[in-house]
Amino acid sequence: MNHIRSHIMVCTGTGCTSSDSPRLISAFEEELLRAGMEQEVRVVKTGCFGLCAMGPIVMVFPEGACYTQVKLEDVPEIVSEHIVKGRIVTRLLHKEDAGADAVTSLAETNFYKNQMRIALRNCGVINPESIDEYIGVDGYTALERILTEQTPPQEIIDCIKKSGLRGRGGAGFSTGMKWQFTYDAKSDDGVKFVACNADEGDPGAFMDRSVLEGDPFSVIEAMTIAGYAIGAHQGYIYIRAEYPIAVKRLEIAIGQAKDYGLLGKDILGSGFDFDLELRLGAGAFVCGEETALMTSIEGHRGEPRPRPPFPANKGLFAKPTLLNNVETYANITWILNNGWEKFAAIGTEKSKGTKVFALGGKITNTGLVEIPMGTTLRTIVYDIGGGCPNGKKFKAAQTGGPSGGCIPESLIDTPIDYDSLTAIGSMMGSGGLIVMDEDNCMVDIAKFFLEFCVDESCGKCTPCRIGTKRLLDLLTKITDGNGTLEDLDTIEELCYHLKDSSLCALGQSAPNPVLSTLKYFKDEYIAHVVEKRCPAGVCKKLLKYEIVADKCKGCTLCARNCPVGAISGVVKGPHFIDTEKCIKCGLCQSNCRFGAIVKH
Amino acid sequence: MPNCKTAVPYRGTPEQEERLRQVIAEHKGQPGATMPVLQAAQEIFGYLPEEVQIMVAEGLDIPLSEVYGVASFYSFFSLNPKGKYQISVCLGTACYVKGAAGVLDAVEKKLNIAPGGITPDGVFSLDACRCIGACGLAPVMMINDDVYGRLTPDKVGPILDKYLAEA
Repeated sequence: MNHIRSHIMVCTGTGCTSSDSPRLISAFEEELLRAGMEQEVRVVKTGCFGLCAMGPIVMVFPEGACYTQVKLEDVPEIVSEHIVKGRIVTRLLHKEDAGADAVTSLAETNFYKNQMRIALRNCGVINPESIDEYIGVDGYTALERILTEQTPPQEIIDCIKKSGLRGRGGAGFSTGMKWQFTYDAKSDDGVKFVACNADEGDPGAFMDRSVLEGDPFSVIEAMTIAGYAIGAHQGYIYIRAEYPIAVKRLEIAIGQAKDYGLLGKDILGSGFDFDLELRLGAGAFVCGEETALMTSIEGHRGEPRPRPPFPANKGLFAKPTLLNNVETYANITWILNNGWEKFAAIGTEKSKGTKVFALGGKITNTGLVEIPMGTTLRTIVYDIGGGCPNGKKFKAAQTGGPSGGCIPESLIDTPIDYDSLTAIGSMMGSGGLIVMDEDNCMVDIAKFFLEFCVDESCGKCTPCRIGTKRLLDLLTKITDGNGTLEDLDTIEELCYHLKDSSLCALGQSAPNPVLSTLKYFKDEYIAHVVEKRCPAGVCKKLLKYEIVADKCKGCTLCARNCPVGAISGVVKGPHFIDTEKCIKCGLCQSNCRFGAIVKH
Repeated sequence: MPNCKTAVPYRGTPEQEERLRQVIAEHKGQPGATMPVLQAAQEIFGYLPEEVQIMVAEGLDIPLSEVYGVASFYSFFSLNPKGKYQISVCLGTACYVKGAAGVLDAVEKKLNIAPGGITPDGVFSLDACRCIGACGLAPVMMINDDVYGRLTPDKVGPILDKYLAEA
């Protein structure tokens, strides 16, 4: 066996793949071949390291040097300097602030220091396309132990229950209880199913995708254990077709597990059979709702059905079905291997363990983070996320996607757990966390989420189909400058009707972004309604462009660029915008070299 | 509404139809076969015209209304043909707060088509999509399988020109 002295880990998650990481891998391989070192240095493609904003990311071990935004032309230098001569290429190292000294240990950076990786434990550590590497990091020890010792299913379920793990898909129901209900449920012909919800539809969320791209085996192993625990022999993973890399890695992983006898008939000679099938979604947000997801797997329009009966009793193909989210499954083998006590020691009283968040929007370190429950929003936004870029002021954070709410700056010290978030009118959701700064208009954001819900409402129940549309009409009236104060009351009333009477979580939670912005940013709504003004300068119809006469040099550039001829004036004299003609495209402002055009 | 009966005449080849028949035969009798078969059909034909929906319905022995119901429910299925280069501008939250609306605007102006549309020469089709998961690079757009990140409206023109030159 060859002795490998160095590993070059290149991230091949969607973010880094988009910044060309596959070409980096071939470049490294070519360069190593040229140096004659292909036998002693291995290039490994890994899952997400989390620092997507700085991609593509390359880590070189054993030194643990983390190179960011690596370009093709940097490859020869990394090989000749670092690999051949052992000199770290400091100019490419990840630096927290421009000008600061290069950090050598990634674990000490603010970005990683406050994190704790359980669900993401293997992401960026192993090659997700190799079952051997997964086994090398204690993969499949839990399944092997359970099957060889023939652990009683109730013991496994008790362990999950005692760990305090709650569903990571959004609602936060106790995972152990779900397993218990499905285990207890009677099936007339003995058939039960295990299913995995990988239909991550929240715009701005990519936690599940990163887990599946970086560590697909942990989900497969957990589903196999779940099958053993509840008495199912068939599993389904319902995944978005928009995630081609994750789909491919899952296909490879399922194939390898079958080859190793870890899926299929008579697993590890125990007599236990379990098979897995992938089902691709087709772009419907509502299919993330559990009953709609199952209707979709059955081959129909993905419309939800009323509960009860709950999936645990009557789910897929009317059989008892255990449905968990990707991240929930990713926690299972860790709990079984490390003990429920260890898991239950992390987090807050009612929310145990960690949660993965996809940080996005106006934040410096966009990427994937995993934090212990109870970490404050301030730590996430400022310490881990590095605050808002360009010195802008933090305004709000939005959690839970179209189902969640906006958290204002005054509540930034709220600990992140299921119950605290619900108490302030937002929700954990699946883990999207979008940061907004002073340039974002909160009425516009509420409108954005409603547009999404109007688009994605399946149309089965009236409150959601018509209610979301009417809400959007009212919000549009406000952003167009035609709103009245009574409209604000009507909006609130309609929101509560929607919450009370919609069939599924999509309609029930669609008003959350509106209600939370109304609660915390009422002054912005009032500015739109009473003063006909958008304080953030986003709502086009309320904007007014003006030329400051003192600053205007009369260069005529704005007048020549105006697409509707709304600007008049003579050469070397101050110009003037006819607000009646102006379509507020902003072209004049972006072209003015003297900063003479202001919008308000 | 982009998702209605298409005006473009059906141009399926016997080879394509044969491949679809094979897919149907593989899936027939399996529970929940409609979606996987329609996904394969869209891959074979590029879209799902009425003729293909009829073949699927007859092949799987289910009502055409059900096939149409499924095909028109999911945004991934298209009843219209797509361009040689399919552009999807992401309007997910992360992209939206970073100015994706301006990027979409620039594409619309440059190609003179609206989301859901196709240029008359069949080269470009445009869609506004929800999150493709590359939020770290926001705002992004995809042209076929290529992802373009950290976009601004003025970067759109040169990117599209590159494809126009190849078309």
